Amino acid sequence: MHAIVGENGAGKSTLMKILYGMQRPDEGTIAIDGEQVSLHTPSDAIARGIGMVHQHFMLADNLTVLENTVLGAEKRHGIRDAARARMREISDAYGLGIRPDALVEDLGVADRQRVEILKVLYRGARILILDEPTAVLVPQEVDALFANLRELKSEGLTVIFISHKLDEVLSVADEITVIRRGTTVASVLPGDVNARQLAELMVGSELPSPQTRESTVTDTPMLTVTELGLGGDENGRRLLDGVSFTIHRGEVLGIAGVEGNGQTELIDVLIGARPADEGTVVLGEQDVTAWPTRRRREGGVGYIPEDRHRHGLLLESPLWENRILGHVGESPNSKGPWLDPRAARADTRRIVEEYDVRTPGIEVTAASLSGGNQQKLIVGREMSHHPRLLIAAHPTRGVDVGAQAQIWDQIRAARREGLAVLLISADLDELIGLSDTIRVMYRGRLVADADPATVTSQELGSAMTGAAAGHLEHHEPGDADTEGGTAPEGAPPSGGTAAPGSGAGADTSPDTGPDAGPDTSPDAGPDTGPDAAADTGEER
Amino acid sequence: MKRIDKEKLVLALAAPVLAVVVAMALSSGIVAASGKDPIEAFRLMLEYSANADTQVLILNRATTYYLAAVAVAIGFRMNLFNIGVDGQYRIAAMLAAAVGGAVTLPGPLHMTLILVTAILVGAVWSGVAGVLKTHRGVSEVVSTIMLNAVATALIAYLMRDSLLGVLPQGSDQLTTEPLADSADFPGIPVDVDGRTMEVYGFIFIAVAVGIGFHYLLNRTTFGFDLRAAGASESAAVASGVDTKRMVLYSMLLSGGIAGLIGMPQLLGESHSYGVADFPAGVGFTGIAIALLGRNNPLGIAFGALLWAFLDRSAPNLDFNGFEKEIATIMQGLIVISVVVAYELVRRYGLRRQQQRVGEELAQAARRNVTEVAA
Repeated sequence: MHAIVGENGAGKSTLMKILYGMQRPDEGTIAIDGEQVSLHTPSDAIARGIGMVHQHFMLADNLTVLENTVLGAEKRHGIRDAARARMREISDAYGLGIRPDALVEDLGVADRQRVEILKVLYRGARILILDEPTAVLVPQEVDALFANLRELKSEGLTVIFISHKLDEVLSVADEITVIRRGTTVASVLPGDVNARQLAELMVGSELPSPQTRESTVTDTPMLTVTELGLGGDENGRRLLDGVSFTIHRGEVLGIAGVEGNGQTELIDVLIGARPADEGTVVLGEQDVTAWPTRRRREGGVGYIPEDRHRHGLLLESPLWENRILGHVGESPNSKGPWLDPRAARADTRRIVEEYDVRTPGIEVTAASLSGGNQQKLIVGREMSHHPRLLIAAHPTRGVDVGAQAQIWDQIRAARREGLAVLLISADLDELIGLSDTIRVMYRGRLVADADPATVTSQELGSAMTGAAAGHLEHHEPGDADTEGGTAPEGAPPSGGTAAPGSGAGADTSPDTGPDAGPDTSPDAGPDTGPDAAADTGEER
Repeated sequence: MKRIDKEKLVLALAAPVLAVVVAMALSSGIVAASGKDPIEAFRLMLEYSANADTQVLILNRATTYYLAAVAVAIGFRMNLFNIGVDGQYRIAAMLAAAVGGAVTLPGPLHMTLILVTAILVGAVWSGVAGVLKTHRGVSEVVSTIMLNAVATALIAYLMRDSLLGVLPQGSDQLTTEPLADSADFPGIPVDVDGRTMEVYGFIFIAVAVGIGFHYLLNRTTFGFDLRAAGASESAAVASGVDTKRMVLYSMLLSGGIAGLIGMPQLLGESHSYGVADFPAGVGFTGIAIALLGRNNPLGIAFGALLWAFLDRSAPNLDFNGFEKEIATIMQGLIVISVVVAYELVRRYGLRRQQQRVGEELAQAARRNVTEVAA
């Protein structure tokens, strides 16, 4: 099992595309089993036994697992019983636990990923490439995935594994290649390095030490949400059910949860894209429940969407038009009904400068930027309008270490000035490191709360899967205080948020290591230098 | 950066040029297959269009086509397929002619009344489709195409001589009450072999509509919202665009412009509505021209001229023993080539830009590395 690590823009994705035949190398060779090959298309790669599990799953939701698997590989074992038998065989051999007749839309993220792996194996792959496979999984699911991968390895398959999460890489890989600016900078064995050294290899310089932060939580409520309820599917399960919370000025409220438990719906209701069936949303002093999206956003709600391609950008428009998106009626983008392209362009240049968006200019389309740079542009845009409330959904997903630290810094700086932040993230280290309070969302309800100073990823993980509820307390060995943690389900989460002041502890960096914790704050901005974004094509 | 911009321009021009060249090559093949000389056919078309009277006719027809294409393009920019431009234009022309024929007013007032009526009728007709879409989720493609048929039937009904139709002396074609002279939109007189022809004065209104379209789209917040909604509905919703309202507004705008399509003919030439002077199909031609001109006001102008040229030079082919359908075949081939060429060039351009951006960043990075090392 070989891991490839490197910042976004370091060339990982380009390398993977070359290996999978999606792109041709200008020079150099690829050898499989000692035999030199040239791969022109993905089908060449598949024929050579290379399979790729993409970061964004490529499955048709309305088809069954069986149909998805045979799609495009009908010639192997047909589309019926032979195919089903072969699938079962693979599934049993590697412990994938596949149900061939389940509809993909009914499957969770982890199951979908296993379907992707099965698809690749079904096509006879001996070499598996996994692009950021753990980004969307909770810790327990990550463990299960790694168990699957070890199974594959023991059967003699080769696994190439790309990740940002260095702890995982260290625990699972047999060999690690670090790439930076398009070249290999180091090949190391996991036994020889720790996460911090690996991170330093990745960014090419020493990382600053984590620093303790002061709490900035105040008494003034900025967002008060009361008993929000929304819809219900045919099983009567509600999408949102009695969701209440308050975020104060200067407070970061983190929401943990497995995706699809109502986070998207909560965001939709908060930005006004979807009306709630019941409950109220109060921003500052004003009841904004009936306000349309535009009025809310102009009233000071910044939004970093979870899917930047669908909700945050116009991919085929130039950067300066993307800078206008969402703030069309505000200065400097317009004067009255008239757009002010000159001022918008000038301000885009400022954002590109201040937020270190790496681009040759502001006339290129948003699609030409790498994922991290797109995200920096979005963060810059939202922060430029001095929001009172920032809704940040997975703000650093698919973003490299340098950009990640920068985005965290910007959120933290704005928080110091009184910004209230609703942080929704699947990255538990990010949640723990950035939040003043954490709530756990499960099946449309806020079922548990936790103090980020003491809670661990594992504990959050069990609440996210519904195994624990109520107030999560950390069980230190020998700690007298061992109550809670597994309070019966249905117990009301302790209301409101942490009292002001209690956040001080929360701000101490959790012991996750400088590389993984959001407290890594290179105050000198990106100390990585403009890296060769040889693969700006990634993440589109 | 400069390089990318220049390249963008080249690519933007490459697609239509490529499409027209391919279409010409293909139609040459077809002419040759019918046993005639393709070069001769093109020569005849060009020669014929060199005559001043043909040029006047081309300009006049292009004016009508231009308005039709702009009406369609407004919908396209918002991802709306207004197939009903054809019906909107005919019902608007008919009712505007009827209203204009029923009153006598001083010149400018009279014309304003007719134009406003035409715009309103067109907007109402397309607005029906807009409301159906926003309130009932009916696809505008289906509703507008049906409204075309409804418009045809309604016109036939209203044009009976017991209602709005009159039978001019010495004719068997029903028309509306002829407009008074006060509604004569002055044209530009051109002397052709001793006889005077007129270029529609309405051509200036068409140009103004094109400029207005450009400014509305690119210089107003409304236009930005409209383009955003067309480019990515999900992103537009998240950024606060009320997409339902945008659908309705762009349908109304599209229909309003569609109402103007018949006006050059009505005010500049026929001065009354008759089925023969306002043929069905102009709206569909508008769709083809909007595609050809890439929904861009300037591009549409070239597209409209090309289309009118092909239209007008067809009869001369017939006269010289060629099948006049060659022009129609060429029009069809141009549309197909254009659609294919645009998509190819668009994808190529995007990919190319991404590569360029990557390259430039890599170069900058290498420079930095060298500087640090030095």
